[in-house]
Amino acid sequence: MAIDLGKVKTYGDTLNDGAMQVSFTLPVPVGDEAKEAARQIALKMGLESPAITEMADLGAGFTFFVLYGKCTHSVDFTAIKVPKQQQRILNFKEVNNLIKNELGRKVVVVAACTGSDAHTVGIDAIINMKGYMGEYGLERYPEMEAYNLGSQVPNAELLARAVELGADAILVSQVVTQKNIHLENLTELVELSEAEGLRDQVLLICGGPRISHELAIELGYDAGFGPGTLPNHVASYIAAELKRRKKTGKNDTA
Amino acid sequence: MANKLDLDLSKVDLSRKMAGKIADRLHAWIGDYTTTTTERAAARLLGIDGVDAAGVPLANVMVEKLQQAGLLDRGLVPWLAKAIVARGKTAQEIAQDLADGKLKVEDVPDGPEEKWRDTADGLAGKAAAQIGVVRAQRESRIAKAAPPSKPMLYVIVATGNVYEDAVQAKAAALQGADIVAVIRHTGQSLLDYVPYGPTSEGFGGTYATQENFRIVRSALDEAGEETGRYIRLVNYASGLCMPEISAMGAMERLDMMLNDAMYGILFRDINMRRTFIDQHFSRMINAYAGIIINTGEDNYLTTTDAFDKGYTVLASQFINEQLALHSGLKEEQMGLGHAFEINPAMEDGLLMEIAQAQLCRELFPKSPLKYMPPTKHVTGNIFKTYLINGMYNLVAVMTGQEIQLLGMLTEAIHTPFISDRYLSIDNANYIFNNARHLGDELIFAPGGKVQARATRLLDEACAMLQEIEQIGLETAMERGLFADIKRTREGGKGGSGVIRKGSSYYNPFLNIFVDHAISTEGRLS
Repeated sequence: MAIDLGKVKTYGDTLNDGAMQVSFTLPVPVGDEAKEAARQIALKMGLESPAITEMADLGAGFTFFVLYGKCTHSVDFTAIKVPKQQQRILNFKEVNNLIKNELGRKVVVVAACTGSDAHTVGIDAIINMKGYMGEYGLERYPEMEAYNLGSQVPNAELLARAVELGADAILVSQVVTQKNIHLENLTELVELSEAEGLRDQVLLICGGPRISHELAIELGYDAGFGPGTLPNHVASYIAAELKRRKKTGKNDTA
Repeated sequence: MANKLDLDLSKVDLSRKMAGKIADRLHAWIGDYTTTTTERAAARLLGIDGVDAAGVPLANVMVEKLQQAGLLDRGLVPWLAKAIVARGKTAQEIAQDLADGKLKVEDVPDGPEEKWRDTADGLAGKAAAQIGVVRAQRESRIAKAAPPSKPMLYVIVATGNVYEDAVQAKAAALQGADIVAVIRHTGQSLLDYVPYGPTSEGFGGTYATQENFRIVRSALDEAGEETGRYIRLVNYASGLCMPEISAMGAMERLDMMLNDAMYGILFRDINMRRTFIDQHFSRMINAYAGIIINTGEDNYLTTTDAFDKGYTVLASQFINEQLALHSGLKEEQMGLGHAFEINPAMEDGLLMEIAQAQLCRELFPKSPLKYMPPTKHVTGNIFKTYLINGMYNLVAVMTGQEIQLLGMLTEAIHTPFISDRYLSIDNANYIFNNARHLGDELIFAPGGKVQARATRLLDEACAMLQEIEQIGLETAMERGLFADIKRTREGGKGGSGVIRKGSSYYNPFLNIFVDHAISTEGRLS
């Protein structure tokens, strides 16, 4: 059977079976009523023939479920358009060459975990000398000057440091998120930079496990990087975007 | 000591001796200073609680006023005792009057020394006795409860709202957790005061306040009574208020405290001297209160490579151990930390993890080792993370770890859901039971990969300790020897809270805690 890209459904082992697994907790005590409640939730989610394969008592009146069902919904794959970074990923050497040959000056990058976030694992992976998964961090790039301001940096302080250091790009990491605090934090930085008249002078980039490029654009950033990002991905983007802006005369930060 | 790793025991002795000298070098000056939070901790131990009209804790009000009057180098207790003698009021009333402006620092006459000293010693003795009562309550509850099997299951709750925390903590206990930590609001470590009252607004965690301690304690006691167990409560005696949080924990029957000698310097950029002085009094309180400390060596492995820098964990454990001994902590109270953070893609990475965990076990045989789960290399693939956590649990049970912070399958996604915690407990219970005596049955191939790795780690740690012994711990931290983070001696937050003690400095708790440590055969500086 040929796949109809206009109506794509979730897949278990047969095309269009709509198979899907979900797990969730209900704040009710374990028992037949809880099971029925879970089944009804599944039906309302559009999962037909829900089969509860696991029901576990979490104590204190909570019950956990693992459930399989057949999702009745489909999506039109042909109509999907996702904004993407068009930039080809360059390696360490290529990025440095590009900066040297096209910009002819060091690129300054300032990075921090902002707000209340104390988790530097993401920003460290991108910035610190050592890098991540065998890719050197931006500190190691001879054509870059990278500053890692660490954790719990207020947005205002990050901007002030960026101005002081003449940053070409600001990198913000948001790892721990609770009740969407990361979104508030990220939005605040954009607003502050606009209020200070800095927005056009610097590349604003965010990253973290819950960040996508699409989300970043929505929030007013120039780019966003999600899980699995390596330092050279970020470096490629920065170098190429600065080159592009230099050529078009737009927002030249030099 | 079991010596399954065929370690060179002279290297072990040398490492410990070097760490001892490193700690002695710090203690050559620590005793000459006090800090604002050390004095506030003394105020809290004497029963000063609550806040002024502007919400500033009364302990802070008193310390600030004494500092402005230039009297803090004598310590807070002498002035307070003099005020109590002169006014015939309680410590709390004096603090309240001071905050209300009804009493000024200079209104209090010096008075005869015997008199205020008697008052100070009497009040401190009573306060210490009360901590003794709390300690005895813990001991009696533990004696009545079913003993936890080892490794003990440690989970975190982090809702930001203490009432929600209490529900989740209780649920976790009912699911089988032995230990529950309430993660702190991420910004609290840099507050130079302890917030007051119950709180429902925190990010990444919940404020550590005395009332919050009480609320969660009571929820866990309920769960313990329902299940015939004793559920241990953990918080963080770290940041700018280390000793105050220890004092609060001592009064509210916290059982464990994250309480590292260097963590604040490295990871929160707190002033070095401030931290070394604070950790000392903080640990003295923990020692007296029977609280188990957890050290934070696992953090080194999240900023550096766990394989390349595994030895820094060992070196730090040796230093933490020697500093803890100076504060009167017994080895049984030292939950020295380490972690399962080697890149899972590494061939034989499991053997490397076994080597490190077994080495920690053999080097610190009495320590209730605190083992931390993989975080750095786990992603949003919850299925794989669940499997890696299983490997971590396997290494723990095979090497005799004691305090097992359970890995969450949703690590790197969000603070744990109630079901994440349940699944983590299920994972650990399965493996701990299924592989209960695996360690007893195992010996390592002589000269094989595990022994070779352990030998190399010990050699490297020993060399690092020898280097630090030469240059001093402060210089070592200036050079970035731990976690690749460099900190300057005079830099960091909270340095202005360090005060050189005057010749008439007095803090009765120091004597009480020292006497207690000596009488129970702890070592102490």
